[in-house]
Amino acid sequence: MTLDAVILQVLAGLATGGIYASLALALVMIYHATHLVNFAQGEMAMFTTYIAWSLINAGMPYWPAFLLTVGIAFILGMFIERIVIRPVENAPVLGVVVVFIGLLVILNSVAGWIYTYTIKSFPSPFPRQPILGIHYISAHELGAIGVTLAVLALLYGFFRFTPLGLAMRAAAQNPESSRLVGIRVGWMLALGWGLAAAVGAVAGMMVAPVVYLDPNMMSGILLYAFAAALLGGIDSPGGAVLGGFAVGVLENLLGAFVIGNELKLAVALVLIVGVLLVKPSGLFGRVYVTRV
Amino acid sequence: MRGRILFLGVLIVVACALPFLVSSYRTFQLTLVLVYAIALLGLNILTGYNGQISLGHGAFYALGAYCAAILIDKAGAPYWAVVPAAGGVCLVAGFLFGLPALRLEGLYLALATFALGVAMPQLLKYHHLEKWTGGVQGIVIAKPEAPFGIPLEADRWLYFFTLAVTLIMFVLGWNLLRGRIGRALVAIRDQHTASEAMGIHNALYKSLAFGVSAMFTGVAGALGALAVQFVAPDSFGVFLSIVFLVGIVVGGLASISGALYGALFIQFIPNIADEISKAAPWAIFGVFMIGFVYLMPTGVAGAIRLLLTRRRAQ
Repeated sequence: MTLDAVILQVLAGLATGGIYASLALALVMIYHATHLVNFAQGEMAMFTTYIAWSLINAGMPYWPAFLLTVGIAFILGMFIERIVIRPVENAPVLGVVVVFIGLLVILNSVAGWIYTYTIKSFPSPFPRQPILGIHYISAHELGAIGVTLAVLALLYGFFRFTPLGLAMRAAAQNPESSRLVGIRVGWMLALGWGLAAAVGAVAGMMVAPVVYLDPNMMSGILLYAFAAALLGGIDSPGGAVLGGFAVGVLENLLGAFVIGNELKLAVALVLIVGVLLVKPSGLFGRVYVTRV
Repeated sequence: MRGRILFLGVLIVVACALPFLVSSYRTFQLTLVLVYAIALLGLNILTGYNGQISLGHGAFYALGAYCAAILIDKAGAPYWAVVPAAGGVCLVAGFLFGLPALRLEGLYLALATFALGVAMPQLLKYHHLEKWTGGVQGIVIAKPEAPFGIPLEADRWLYFFTLAVTLIMFVLGWNLLRGRIGRALVAIRDQHTASEAMGIHNALYKSLAFGVSAMFTGVAGALGALAVQFVAPDSFGVFLSIVFLVGIVVGGLASISGALYGALFIQFIPNIADEISKAAPWAIFGVFMIGFVYLMPTGVAGAIRLLLTRRRAQ
């Protein structure tokens, strides 16, 4: 285990960590607004990545296709909230979980139906050669980290400095009072779903060149995103991002030096169960106290 | 009550007659229906009656199947002995997983069990276990022949063997759920705090429910391995757990007979839907899951109960 190898693994871990961070952020956004964990988040990202693939294959240049896909994902997310999730908003947890799993299954099978289950390659917008003469990290990995950070900055700016972002935060924190001051809480939730779907789409398009495109590509990544969101605290956006990078680095280091690549998903399982047992609120989450 | 006993009697007679009326492939499918029914009853004890959501019961099914296959393949155990052995192993495994699960409520438990379901195939492929599990290739086992020279072909014999186990498991489940324990489980689901105040040991009951539920599913896994004659890691992915979830939602949550309706559904609907497309069964499963939550939250069993009460009221 040389220093070079460790640096290599840490940087590669940061690159995948960025993807976990994006997906974890999407999960946290939905959790924050509705206190639900979206099991279909990974499949939503997978489906929108297929849409990007179709656009690119139809001859569209990469970046316009990228932006168009993010827009489509946003609309798709809003639609899903309005049509599928709305009716079970106040249903018992089991009903909600079943609906989410149903959504996961439908998206997975529809993608398989339209695009078949054969693995497809997905283009990366970044050059093949490492840039700036850094040989530790490929251009795509560096680019993925950059895109993740850009998305984070945009979201932070949106929630912190725009009236709409403020309204969305208000709706999540105190729906009743928000309604009284004229915020349309239902639409804010739909917007939150749209944003989460858009962030997920970015994550999907960034990870697809690495893991290749197939309908089941997201199941492992979703598991790591769960672990990241829980580690950071499921209601803390900043925590989810840090958790994502931490989990990515941890996964790569453990995979390379300790347990090998075969048990990567088991690492996620242990992380999830471990965090839930030791510190259910995560590193940066709020501790909720309920009165019984 | 008399009507119900009569109905059960007719059901058993039909179940005994069926394999002689259909081809041996259909008999094999019916065996799988019984296997799924046991697994669904197990999941229903945990999720339907006790309210602990499990999205990873495929993992316990896999554990049962692998126990059976390894015992037959490596230790040469007879097929009838591996079924209770698999049940025992899963009882312990489920109880142990249920202990940490005590601290997890609702969504979080769903998350943890989902992770278990997703990670299971990788654990089964782990190369240090390959000596026993056969790695990616899995294990092939022989189909048991009928004993004492009974003139039955293997498929039909296995059907009757499975039918007997199913009856035992359903009587067990029925006895467990209709009495004190069953009421305690439901009380914990509906009013966690109140049940504790009434003297129910919540932690013990919840982890026991996990263990018993895993035992049922493990027995089903062992029988499933005998029927399919083959175990391999990739047949026990997270989608198997989702199939079980579909089964209890469609059959009816917190209902014993629901397990049978659910099992029929998950066995035969994919067969019909397969003719449309490879992806169609899953699309249909998904639509049915969401549709049942919206329109028929008590499942087929609940709908039948409703119809019967209405007819009686007239």
